[in-house]
Amino acid sequence: MENMINLTIDNRPVSVPRGTTVLDAAKSVGISIPALCHIDLKGTCVKNTPASCRICVVEVEGRRNLAPSCATMVTEGMVVKTNSARVVRARKTVAELILSDHPNDCLTCPKCNDCELQKLVTRFNIREMPFKGEQSERKKEVTAAITRNMDKCILCRRCESVCNNVQTVGVLGAVRRGFDTTIAPTFDRMFKDTDCTYCGQCVAVCPTGALTERDNTDRLLDDLCNPDKIVIAQPAPAVRVALGEEFGMEPGSIVTGKLATALRYLGFDHVFDTDFAADLTIMEEGAEILHRLKAFLGGDKSVKLPIMTSCCPAWVNFYEHNYPDLLDYPSSAKSPAQMFGAIAKTYWAQKMGIPREKLVVVSIMPCLAKKYECERPEFAVDGNPDVDYSLSTRELARLIKRSNIDFKSLPDSDFDAPLGESSGAGAIFGATGGVMEAALRTVYEVYTGKTLPRLEFTAVRGLEGIKEATIDLGGFPLKVCVAHTLGNARLLMDKLRAGELDYHVVEIMACPGGCIGGAGQPYHHGNIEILQARAKAIYREDEGKPVRKSHENPDIQKLYAEFLGEPLGERSERLLHTCYYDKSIK
Amino acid sequence: MSEIKVSCEALRKVEEICQQFNNDPGELISILHACQNQLGYLPEAVQRVIARQLGIPASKVYGVVTFYSFFSMVPKGKYPVSVCLGTACYVRGSDKVLEEFKRVLGIEVGETTPDGKFSLDCLRCVGACGLAPVATIGEKVYGRLNPSDIKKIVAEFED
Repeated sequence: MENMINLTIDNRPVSVPRGTTVLDAAKSVGISIPALCHIDLKGTCVKNTPASCRICVVEVEGRRNLAPSCATMVTEGMVVKTNSARVVRARKTVAELILSDHPNDCLTCPKCNDCELQKLVTRFNIREMPFKGEQSERKKEVTAAITRNMDKCILCRRCESVCNNVQTVGVLGAVRRGFDTTIAPTFDRMFKDTDCTYCGQCVAVCPTGALTERDNTDRLLDDLCNPDKIVIAQPAPAVRVALGEEFGMEPGSIVTGKLATALRYLGFDHVFDTDFAADLTIMEEGAEILHRLKAFLGGDKSVKLPIMTSCCPAWVNFYEHNYPDLLDYPSSAKSPAQMFGAIAKTYWAQKMGIPREKLVVVSIMPCLAKKYECERPEFAVDGNPDVDYSLSTRELARLIKRSNIDFKSLPDSDFDAPLGESSGAGAIFGATGGVMEAALRTVYEVYTGKTLPRLEFTAVRGLEGIKEATIDLGGFPLKVCVAHTLGNARLLMDKLRAGELDYHVVEIMACPGGCIGGAGQPYHHGNIEILQARAKAIYREDEGKPVRKSHENPDIQKLYAEFLGEPLGERSERLLHTCYYDKSIK
Repeated sequence: MSEIKVSCEALRKVEEICQQFNNDPGELISILHACQNQLGYLPEAVQRVIARQLGIPASKVYGVVTFYSFFSMVPKGKYPVSVCLGTACYVRGSDKVLEEFKRVLGIEVGETTPDGKFSLDCLRCVGACGLAPVATIGEKVYGRLNPSDIKKIVAEFED
């Protein structure tokens, strides 16, 4: 084939399409060239290829200098050496130079054992630090969600690429020059004084300990050991398809039962499930969709369409900062995690006779923005938050290890009633398109009064950046759109502002792949197959559920019968809905 | 950093300058030059207007402003002092001249005296290497400087 290029890498013949990098060509025959600044989450737009670190250099026959394999395209007849003495030594020297101003505190670094620089040091057999350079003293910051320690930054610019090119948030950028160069939020501000959405994708791609999550594990440990507190857990849908990776299990392993057992062994008094609240979200958001649709079909010109999902706290931040003129479009429904907190601290606490101040609601999330969301003042009653705080999937894994629990050998158990029962619709919230599919299952049946012939809406599944579909809603063509990453959200919002967005319902998630690719998940290190495996697992989880539509969840029906009344009713509005604020920087 | 207030008139001028360059992000450096010529410095408010006009993040504008030593985010003094640290001047002791300017003026490089009179910067070569070490104050060039001259030179500008 003329578009195939033939070359030799380490004496092995390789044939790859034109336009392939030497790095990828080598990978295709099982030669894994080490790289550091490079990341390419194929199939999504997460990509950083500045060729600046020079870790991935190779020897190309006929070329005088060593070539960065991440940025060198294959050519016909090329002869490449990835492991000659010259290459191996050069690579080691490059790593040693990077280490010359890197803090030498791996033992206590939050990224220890997950650090890409540390892995290279082991791989290159670096046993001493030959270059002792000046140490940088840069800003440190702890926000509700993200911890920043730029002394550990190696200037790979991955965070900058993601913040600007993928999320289009545009907060992180390189400032100053030479040794003083650092990656900083706009005008060297703190994150909290910028347009940062706390999506945390900068953390998800950071190879070192420069950007990490704010750690809440000690806080949780204290609460779990406090006899005066009742501590309850709610893990999100995406946690159960990723947590196993932290214990050496295959990506895509479903560990729902082990997760429930682990939370119980940790000492949680009750182990509930955010999936339950996902079903509740569908009840409220679904009712809102129907309400707006009916008004629209009834000729009401003022109705705001498309209605947009509002479960993702980074997306909420994004439109509050960038589209304050369009705050009427997103659904007023709170996120499932916040709905859970509001119900747990009212309905359930009353039922159990637990005073609000004794009850601690902890969410386990694939997300870092959820940590910030817990601190939003409107999600609290007299300063007592509905969800006290949030731990990421990674933090939970750390706490499990610290608590001497052998996760892999745990028996399965079920979540507790009544806030632990969920449908398959709740389960798929964790993947891009999942909220839309869950909503369609309910909206279709409520609107048409008919049973869905087929539950799967495959058109809204998959990792494509923007997906659209038209659903036959009993003769009415319902136009829906699903987007993930904030860059894709911006494309849609700019169209909406220009009056050119022709959909009825839009789902948006900030992270690539949806919550399965959240910033609190085990690090994917640029491997897209991990996200794909998690997404598949999410849909397997749905298939295995006896109830697969939110409105058929018996405990949800009971909650409305006993306490809430009806979706969008007075009590539902007060507890389960919110409003948005203009947070644009003038 | 304390917020520097910029007049609405100045910000309108910045918008005009951006428009003269067709709001082209590729012209960012030229726009920054033009704005600094016009206003004397590039405070945060000015950078935000430029970012909005060009449709790029303010962090990008800030990155460029902090990268090039020519750009300044604080107003220059009435008499801007620049000490050459180019090779010829440096080997003839301009680092010591710079230290003496810092001591006499009581400010660091990139700063302006509280009375707004002097600001201190470094530059690389004014093309007068034969006179090394060289410093400029405003348009005036001082050559063959010795640290002991500095106090007297600064005094020339006292009103």
